[in-house]
Amino acid sequence: MTDAPLLQVENLAVEFRSGGAWHRAVRGVDLAVHRNETLAVVGESGSGKSVTALAAMGLVPKETGRIVEGSRIRLEGRDLVGLSERELDRVRGDRMAMIFQEPMTALNPTMTVGAQVSETLRAHRGLGAEAARREALRVLELVKVPSAARRLADYPHQFSGGMRQRVMIAMALACQPAVLLADEPTTALDVTIQAQVLALLEDLKREYGLAVLFITHNLGVVALIADRVAVMYAGEIVETGTAAALFDSPRHPYTEALLRSMPRVDRDIGALEPIQGNVPSIREIGAGCAFAPRCPHAQDRCRAERPTLADDGAGRGVRCWVRGLA
Amino acid sequence: MSAAPILSVEGLGKRFAVGGGLLRRPSLVHAVVDASFTVGPRESLGLVGESGCGKSTLARCLLRLVEPDEGRIVFEGRDVRALDRPAMREVRRHLQIVFQDPYASLNPRRTVEQTLAEPLRVHGIASGEDVPARVHAVLAEVGLPPDSLKRFPHEFSGGQRQRIGIARALVLSPRFIVADEPVSALDVSVQAQVLKLLEGLRDRHGLSLLFVSHDLGVVRHVCDRVAVMYLGRIVEEAPVPAIFDEPLHPYTRMLRDASPVPDPGARFALPRVVGEIPSAMDPPRGCAFHPRCPDATARCAEAVPETVDLGGGRRVACHLFRRA
Repeated sequence: MTDAPLLQVENLAVEFRSGGAWHRAVRGVDLAVHRNETLAVVGESGSGKSVTALAAMGLVPKETGRIVEGSRIRLEGRDLVGLSERELDRVRGDRMAMIFQEPMTALNPTMTVGAQVSETLRAHRGLGAEAARREALRVLELVKVPSAARRLADYPHQFSGGMRQRVMIAMALACQPAVLLADEPTTALDVTIQAQVLALLEDLKREYGLAVLFITHNLGVVALIADRVAVMYAGEIVETGTAAALFDSPRHPYTEALLRSMPRVDRDIGALEPIQGNVPSIREIGAGCAFAPRCPHAQDRCRAERPTLADDGAGRGVRCWVRGLA
Repeated sequence: MSAAPILSVEGLGKRFAVGGGLLRRPSLVHAVVDASFTVGPRESLGLVGESGCGKSTLARCLLRLVEPDEGRIVFEGRDVRALDRPAMREVRRHLQIVFQDPYASLNPRRTVEQTLAEPLRVHGIASGEDVPARVHAVLAEVGLPPDSLKRFPHEFSGGQRQRIGIARALVLSPRFIVADEPVSALDVSVQAQVLKLLEGLRDRHGLSLLFVSHDLGVVRHVCDRVAVMYLGRIVEEAPVPAIFDEPLHPYTRMLRDASPVPDPGARFALPRVVGEIPSAMDPPRGCAFHPRCPDATARCAEAVPETVDLGGGRRVACHLFRRA
């Protein structure tokens, strides 16, 4: 990839207050998403993947959380860290939009879908009432809501889960953003509906050259949609690379173990080899590698010293003292 | 299957009345329609389908947690629907259930010890000294440390809570466990631990299993046979791996093709998956799958297809199916 990334996150650290102390949920994350590219960030609960997306969107709750000084979030070259709420509001929606797992939390249940999409268009693109209505219809057709003209007058609860997710995607894309953040957008959907929504996202990415940051816990979904992948564990990226390279030859023991612990529909995988133990809480991460307590390859150095994310200069990176890129 | 089944179900049906009110008649949802299957000793049957297909309702009907409207359920030779309360309690000792969300199914005010001891007392299986001995044994079996006994459900992680749920089912030494999406709420790494635990227990105790899940990968791994449900009906049943490698029903094929696998080389033809899942309140006429079926004919829209038994545990309900 030679062009400049549309979204670039550098050294991102996010802390949350709990029991009178600050704990790091995200610990020095670097990532970049380019035009016409989907970067999947995959991890289990507590890995910091959702917090990373929320931070990029400027949505870390102020009362309990904060972005640590020295973090950089650049959208089309402009640093968003430290912008006022007003300035952020202009960026959010205009150049960068976000969709969530549960569309009902993002949609207003008391407004018709047509009114909600139109309102977004009037606020962000300054369209008049009639122009906004026409544009709302166009974006709903774009995301393939059947009989879109008739459905403009329906309320969110009258839509199925899959259709609601399409409506949310329509609202996100209404202002023609450059970057789309998608946080587990298909996790609550049945697999046949998930397949359709993923196909839609893929089409839209290609058609508009979107940079998509796709957050998920599902490695199968990653394989379907990602151009590049970042695997997160305990607040940091432990492995990154193209989807082909990562699935073909995983290097980090965590990535490898995750793939081995996932039963698959297309073939027998033999005996399951679960990862022992649990994902650590952000309060109990020690000085060494966060995965060391569960890692079959762990050595003394792993328990004492935090590994760096060594990369090969061609986009492949592994954070591991033992299995890292030499 | 040569051995007599431990569980056999015939023509099971369940309807729910939904909505309605003053002057308005409620509409009927046919959650389960004419379901028939058997499970042999030590056999694991998977029940798969998407939300609203009736798989959880069917699972609950087996223990009469939901009262079926019609059909026969025979467990170890006893007609379950004809039993009175004491006899039903006796059956439940051997026929236990594990739920998806252990947090919702565990009493938050009871310690693990209380939760595990209660079934023993209710069923009169153990008393006095025997109770703690049995409780300790089962706790060790599901891989929880002894100091768990005095703690409450909220003090455990999701995976540990599911272990408690499994221990509660196991404490009565059942012969059959109904597991309703037991690993769906868990992270991948923890899911594998719980699956491995379930498999080990099944093999050690010779348990039969009805494993309800929406995850075909998990079902392929755990089960010997699989029944696929769509809008209340079982549309196909076959042994593993035939059901996944050579599915006969177009819905089974669609479900398989839509299930993501961790291999970018296997990216499927996404556009082949079409249509929404229709509402169970207003299912399509004829074969309920016909509006989404790529090969549907006029006949599919008119008549519900009969279930054809092909032998070898294979059954399919589809007008398009022709014997080779």
